[in-house]
Amino acid sequence: MNPLPWHDPKRVDQLIKALDEHILLLDGAMGTMIQAEKLGESEFRGDRLADHGHDLKGNNDILTLTRPQVVVDIHRRFLDVDCDLVETNTFNANRISQADYGLEELAEEINFEAARLARELCREYEDKTPDRPRFVVGVIGPTNRTASISPDVSSPGFRNVTFEQLVETYREAARGLLDGGSDLIMIETVFDTLNAKAAVFAVHEEFEQRGERWPLWISGTITDASGRTLSGQTPEAFYFSIAHAEPLLVGFNCALGADQLKPHVRDLAEVAECRVSAHPNAGLPNELGEYDESPQDMARSIEPFAAGGLVNVIGGCCGTTPEHVAALGHVVAGHRPRPLPERPAA
Amino acid sequence: MSNDHYTRLSGLEPLVITPELGFVNVGERTNVTGSARFKRLIAEEDYEEAVEVARQQVENGAQIIDVNMDEGLLDSEQAMATFLNLIAAEPDIARVPVMIDSSKWSVIEAGLRCLQGKGVVNSISLKEGEEAFVEQARRIRRYGAAVVVMAFDEHGQADHAEHMVECLSRAYRLLTEQAGYPPEDIIFDPNIFPVATGMAEHDNYAVEFINATRELKKRFPHCHVSGGLSNLSFSFRGNNTVREAMHSVFLYHAMKAGLDMAIVNAGQLAVYDEIDPDLREMVEDVVLNRRSDATERLLEAAEQYKSEARREQKDEAWREKPVAERLKYALVKGIDKHVVEDTEEARGQFDTSLEVIEGPLMDGMNHVGDLFGDGRMFLPQVVKSARVMKKAVAHLVPYLEAEQSTREKKGKVLLATVKGDVHDIGKNIVGVVLACNGFDVHDLGVMVPAEKILSEARAEEVDLIGLSGLITPSLDEMVDVAQAMNEAEFDLPLLIGGATTSRAHTALKIDPVYDGPVCWVKDASRSVDVVRKLASRQHREDYAADVRADYQSYRERQAGGRKRKPLVSIEQARANALRPDWSDHTPETPKQPGLHVVDDWPLADLVDYIDWTPFFQSWELKGRYPEILDDETIGEAARNLFDDAQAMLKRIVDEKWLTARAVYGLWPAAAEGDDVVLYTDESRAEPVERLVFLRQQADKASANLCLSDFVAPTDSGKADWIGLFAVTAGLGLEEAIERHLPANDDYAAILLKALADRLAEALAEALHARVRRQTWGYAADESLDNRDLIREHYRGIRPAPGYPACPDHSEKEKIFALLDAPGRIGVTLTESFAMLPTAAVSGYYFAHPDSQYFVVGKLGRDQVEDYARRKGVSIEQAERFLRPNLG
Repeated sequence: MNPLPWHDPKRVDQLIKALDEHILLLDGAMGTMIQAEKLGESEFRGDRLADHGHDLKGNNDILTLTRPQVVVDIHRRFLDVDCDLVETNTFNANRISQADYGLEELAEEINFEAARLARELCREYEDKTPDRPRFVVGVIGPTNRTASISPDVSSPGFRNVTFEQLVETYREAARGLLDGGSDLIMIETVFDTLNAKAAVFAVHEEFEQRGERWPLWISGTITDASGRTLSGQTPEAFYFSIAHAEPLLVGFNCALGADQLKPHVRDLAEVAECRVSAHPNAGLPNELGEYDESPQDMARSIEPFAAGGLVNVIGGCCGTTPEHVAALGHVVAGHRPRPLPERPAA
Repeated sequence: MSNDHYTRLSGLEPLVITPELGFVNVGERTNVTGSARFKRLIAEEDYEEAVEVARQQVENGAQIIDVNMDEGLLDSEQAMATFLNLIAAEPDIARVPVMIDSSKWSVIEAGLRCLQGKGVVNSISLKEGEEAFVEQARRIRRYGAAVVVMAFDEHGQADHAEHMVECLSRAYRLLTEQAGYPPEDIIFDPNIFPVATGMAEHDNYAVEFINATRELKKRFPHCHVSGGLSNLSFSFRGNNTVREAMHSVFLYHAMKAGLDMAIVNAGQLAVYDEIDPDLREMVEDVVLNRRSDATERLLEAAEQYKSEARREQKDEAWREKPVAERLKYALVKGIDKHVVEDTEEARGQFDTSLEVIEGPLMDGMNHVGDLFGDGRMFLPQVVKSARVMKKAVAHLVPYLEAEQSTREKKGKVLLATVKGDVHDIGKNIVGVVLACNGFDVHDLGVMVPAEKILSEARAEEVDLIGLSGLITPSLDEMVDVAQAMNEAEFDLPLLIGGATTSRAHTALKIDPVYDGPVCWVKDASRSVDVVRKLASRQHREDYAADVRADYQSYRERQAGGRKRKPLVSIEQARANALRPDWSDHTPETPKQPGLHVVDDWPLADLVDYIDWTPFFQSWELKGRYPEILDDETIGEAARNLFDDAQAMLKRIVDEKWLTARAVYGLWPAAAEGDDVVLYTDESRAEPVERLVFLRQQADKASANLCLSDFVAPTDSGKADWIGLFAVTAGLGLEEAIERHLPANDDYAAILLKALADRLAEALAEALHARVRRQTWGYAADESLDNRDLIREHYRGIRPAPGYPACPDHSEKEKIFALLDAPGRIGVTLTESFAMLPTAAVSGYYFAHPDSQYFVVGKLGRDQVEDYARRKGVSIEQAERFLRPNLG
């Protein structure tokens, strides 16, 4: 329905073909892997930001510029266990989140570099196994602000970010991701759907300006036992709110482990007219805030997603290591992907 | 069902328009053009009541609510956004989709920017031609809304069926072919005009609408037909019986033709079969234009029905219940409309206001807590409940205060969301609940650093400290706060709460580092009991002992340990030290060695050295100065604060409220392993002090750094130096608060303290520059502006004990002794090595070009033992100084 041509129709065909043939494997938790490196302040800064006026420790996205090798190595470890889809290290690479570190001016560059880096690696692996394409998923995270929830309990109408600010922020991120060579864009960890709608708006404006489009993937987050997003929507309401984006894929990620997430993915799969993904956490965090579900346990919880024909893509969010992803790949390998629902002509 | 062409809208919940739904009620009361009352509420900015109008619509069955702010005297864009943001916070309302109703594009767009769900725009039309129509339609689609198209084109508004169908068919084509709309996202409004106006040419309007509806549904079965119903009966304003009958009759016939949506007053729809048969027949004659005298006959008869006009029916059955039930209902539903009168009524039934809080109000909140815990309520609802609670408590506060003068004060609780975390909803709820229970709550907000928690706890003389956090890294931060409290020898009870916290983490990680009572609190509603016990001198010890014993046994059960990434041994770390090439670098000999004192550094000279960014951070205004002043969101707040700060700063300087002093000196020095030895003179024969430092033990490729690496070792053949300094700008602070500030003006006092802190930091910066350029003189020709200084674009560093490169606070003692800081500038150390006055900075100067700030990080047992030996303290003491860095 969107009249714009694909940026790279051949690549999109490859992707769709792959999605229809197999349940594709998304990589795991960049954040968890970086945390495990236990990098210090000086390592986050690197030479380039050695004199920067803010602490940078914990700013995982900046490593793409200051310690690219760390990011490359993590990508490799996931590619080595046969991931089909590689997420760029850009979860917080947006102007709003980076402003916390005084690095807002680097937002676009981080996105560009992260995509370029993932692109190079995917190309390298594709050269080794040409029958198995590897796709770069340009990740747009939610930012740390919510457009439809007031941060002030006594002033419910107040907002600390506007739709327009979000559009501008996401658009800049999208520019970097597209220029850097992303195959598709994933708007993920959507805890407030209005943020996601701003991201969709931004990406579509960017497409229009370029006169071509890329596939979109939107992945929401169900935060707790209520079965709703943080901003209060049910899975169906969430999907209806973003369906206008005409996403290639829609799914849920983060916050819950596979067992807890499954009913919500099923609700989504019931209504979704596009392909469906899930990348849950490696279980729920234990009482120390660590994810300790074993690869085998996670794989055991994931298998029903595949066996039930719920998904086209499976992967893992927080706590998911290459060992986990390898185990996931193993259990979903024998199952067919979810068939795309037919839509009668209008 | 996913593959059918059903219209799928959403608020917080989905609305799928299936044929079984019959017809969709769109609530019309939140419309300033249709409701005089709503218009007045908006004009008077009584949004609270305006939100109630929306709630009634939904409670009365509206499946979508229409919001219209088109009124010449209103700032319609602003009113639309304000109202939509407010109802977004009301889960009972926000569950349904919104129809943004405006004839102004800017108002439509302002509304679309506030909707997280899939709403409907009402309306666009071909009035301005195809190009403008397609452009607007595309934009609406990009915002993700369905659209109502009005039968209006370049020739005007359509008032007969052929014109309606022709112009809407054209619109359909443009929408589906050029604007990317699926048919189900298109809703037609062929125009409902008033009938029975007395003008014969109006008599057939309803029939035209119905005929157009039939044709449109035939041509475009997936689209919907809608209309604004109240227009139809415009000529019978004031006669609700007749109006409702007309609406009902019209709907009855239009629905048969395919009308499947209408904007109606959801609370006022007569049931077709229950309309008085005589009236129904007369109304039917009018609506269906069945006889030429239909209007006259209905007008004549109308008067006798008017007297029977029904009162507005509202679903207010809950108002009949006993007051405790009403309060509970209001809390669970988040309705604050009656809460003040109900609270007042409850007050009459109890002996004290506190009992009202502890009784019905807390019962209600506990119920909310249970529902939330079970996943039957979700966050926005809980927040709404908290607001109702706040309002009830606000009403009781004056009475509580009067009562409290006659009773023991219950205690003061400091609440803070720890550094690095911005989530505070849970904390706010705890604050409200505690305040409700008569505790004095001192809420520091979010992103609160440990130092601020400690200093505020002291300043406010609180009885308990509560820490909150939602994100995983907050767990570590809480340990750090507990650690810092222990170092500062606090003994206040420490409460831990928030989504990410747990009994296990509290037992294993927090309790062991804090000697005072620590208690994990599961949720807000449970907080009262815990706080009540811990705040009471009588019960504290017993309760704390119970909890401690529980954690102890938990730890024992958990014993067995958890694996951690191994550190390298201290020998390996030393083997991987940074070894600057000393043959390549000769340390500069200071131009003015020895000790220097500045008794009264002119404050005016410090103003330019102030780094304002942390000043704004201390006020929770995030952003970099000066850009923060132009920030769209917080710019105004930042500017106001900055103006106040400038005004006060001027007075501080002009009237000399504060005195700034500095003491500093440069000593001959040499590195010996991880120590730096200071000598009495350049003969370097007699050591005067040994500074002990710590080395990074992480397993890493780059060097394992230690501050001693930046000083030439004895065997390098080079003579090196080290600097020590202590500065303050806090002398006279308390007197200034007393003498110059209005009593009890918290804002002014905090502002003054924040400025004193900034001046102390500015003095440290200014002094460092002087040392580099003159005293030591290794950078005599350095010229940097303030921005470069703040970004540390210069050679050399000035780390401070207690900071990451040298985390042991106790090393300050050596600096203070060598400089005689207490005697020379009046800065002393507390037993826990905190500086007084607090607006003070002390540390070391390293001049080596490779010197850099770094984080020591986790320390191995071997280094701790070695450090204790070097420092000449017991291993236990060393562990106490280094607790945060222990594995």
